[in-house]
Amino acid sequence: MILDVKGLNVDYITAKGAVRAVNDVSFQLRRGEILGVAGESGCGKSTLIMALIRLLRPPAAITGGQVWLHPREGEPVDIASRTDRELRRLRWRSMAVVLQSAMDALNPVARLSAQFADVLKEHGYKNTEERTAELLEMVGISPDRARSYPHEMSGGMRQRAMIALALACDPELVVMDEPTTAVDVVMQRQILAQILELRERLGFSVVFVTHDLSLLVELADRIAIMYGGRIVELGDAAEIYRAPRHPYTKGLRDSFPPLHAPVTRLNGIPGTPPDLRNLPIGCAFEPRCPRRFADCAERRPELLTVGDALAACHLHDRERTAHA
Amino acid sequence: MPEETPVLAAEDVTKHFDTGRQTVRALENVTLRLYRGRIAALVGESGSGKTTLARLLAQFYPVTSGEIRLRGEVVSGPDKDFYGEVQLVFQDPFASLNSLRKVEHNVRRALKLHGHAADDAAVHELLAKVNLTPAADFARKLPHELSGGQRQRVAIARALAVRPSVLLGDEPISMLDVSIRLDVLNLLARLREEEGLALLYITHDIASARYLSDDIYVMYAGQMVEGGPAESVIQEPKHPYTRLLLDSSPDPERAGGSSAFTATAKLGEPPSLVDPPPGCRFHPRCPFAKEQCKTSFPPRTEFADGSWTNCWLHNES
Repeated sequence: MILDVKGLNVDYITAKGAVRAVNDVSFQLRRGEILGVAGESGCGKSTLIMALIRLLRPPAAITGGQVWLHPREGEPVDIASRTDRELRRLRWRSMAVVLQSAMDALNPVARLSAQFADVLKEHGYKNTEERTAELLEMVGISPDRARSYPHEMSGGMRQRAMIALALACDPELVVMDEPTTAVDVVMQRQILAQILELRERLGFSVVFVTHDLSLLVELADRIAIMYGGRIVELGDAAEIYRAPRHPYTKGLRDSFPPLHAPVTRLNGIPGTPPDLRNLPIGCAFEPRCPRRFADCAERRPELLTVGDALAACHLHDRERTAHA
Repeated sequence: MPEETPVLAAEDVTKHFDTGRQTVRALENVTLRLYRGRIAALVGESGSGKTTLARLLAQFYPVTSGEIRLRGEVVSGPDKDFYGEVQLVFQDPFASLNSLRKVEHNVRRALKLHGHAADDAAVHELLAKVNLTPAADFARKLPHELSGGQRQRVAIARALAVRPSVLLGDEPISMLDVSIRLDVLNLLARLREEEGLALLYITHDIASARYLSDDIYVMYAGQMVEGGPAESVIQEPKHPYTRLLLDSSPDPERAGGSSAFTATAKLGEPPSLVDPPPGCRFHPRCPFAKEQCKTSFPPRTEFADGSWTNCWLHNES
């Protein structure tokens, strides 16, 4: 295990009070595993991974819970409670990040070589040129492109350079926030293939955030589905797709028309995602849920074991009662 | 595709943008026809010329060569009559509505400008047509009070206000939340049935193109490479680029086998349109490229299922 998240809360502090964007989130990440986090805008998925590596910016702040990182060497560290100074020791070497928009994440007025050297020098690499060439080659970029400025590269190449940069100091945990959303499908697949290959070779773990569940099913080992700031289902990727246990997961899955299977009329999910400032008392999905019943509006379902997975849905309370 | 006269068509259209120092060869000899009561999807990657073609069809700028025809007549320039027939729905419903005015104002303006009755009943009827009910409530809202999907439906209602015969949708769902995209697609499908609209659906998502459209056109680097009935393009792609697009698109049914991920791993990127490759522009990335492909663009080959492609692989003369 590399990451053990326990009851994590993240609030956005506003003049009108705190808005909880991540609510009591707990999960464990295994070594070398790719965990996909899927959900719609505003479900808290990006806030969650920024909290995992403590890159939240005000007004967002961690207001509860723990994020235990278990590094290869040394004692476990609770990232949530350390000072920024203490975290510097872990950044790049233990944990790294790939952001959505490589255009904004790279320095537009510095050559790639300078941006790589910056990171490498800080972390004790002597021969930065050699390491930069090695890293670029790893993601299929010719080493002579190190002299390029970001604007001289295509969007796909910039995004791959970002991945190479994240891997500069051989991190154990890489969090990725929609790293392929801004690139075309063909490039997307090239990048995902590279992530899988590098994971195989270097053994890092990944938390991968996206709104595209259909893509995660192919990429991730396990998938967490978020809704209204909470994880509502967590399980094996193929299982989640084949037999979703939460009606929201099912609705999300059925929001993607099939590529080859017979086309049937699909309806997506009626209604709109919840307002985090004004969540229902019961299940946040209740107003949109096709299978809601009386309990759903009154009590919020806990994330509990259902078969091999976890799901937060009262439908399974019934199952459990029936079996008992 | 039917024999009748297309409502709107681009015939052998070429568009070059002259930037002073260089020329961007955005579209080369492209033909696309839109028919009453049919949806044509235009798929391809960014920079393939999809939006340029839509803008030519909408008369945003003139063609370099070729013709835009409305009901068979060559269109010489944009005017109000033209926009009474052809309307656009843009990608970003947050930018395409007047955010300082209520929904009813946004819709009523289009009605007024095109000389239609613009009373509350007319506005409400349009809002009801795009499922914004109760219409009277939605009419009084400001755009920021609506979700992305609701805003996009207002944009569609506004386009319908002029009673057009053609709707051009440029990525109309790509900025919307996943769970509400189908709602908008189903609305477009209904408008095809009920209003007999001719629809162009531009998208990079080939699965949604299959879901919605009757015909699919595939573009690569400014060239039209394949087209035909949606099912035959999806199930039996003829052009290697169409195959690459399909193999690259997410398909959960494929999960478990990572072979599809690796197969396309090192196939490069689309070319610069300032200095595009000669012949078929896909040849530098094509695993089947022959000498011929590097020198001349292949003629169209037609198939029994109604589809066609421009590829030397299918032209063994």
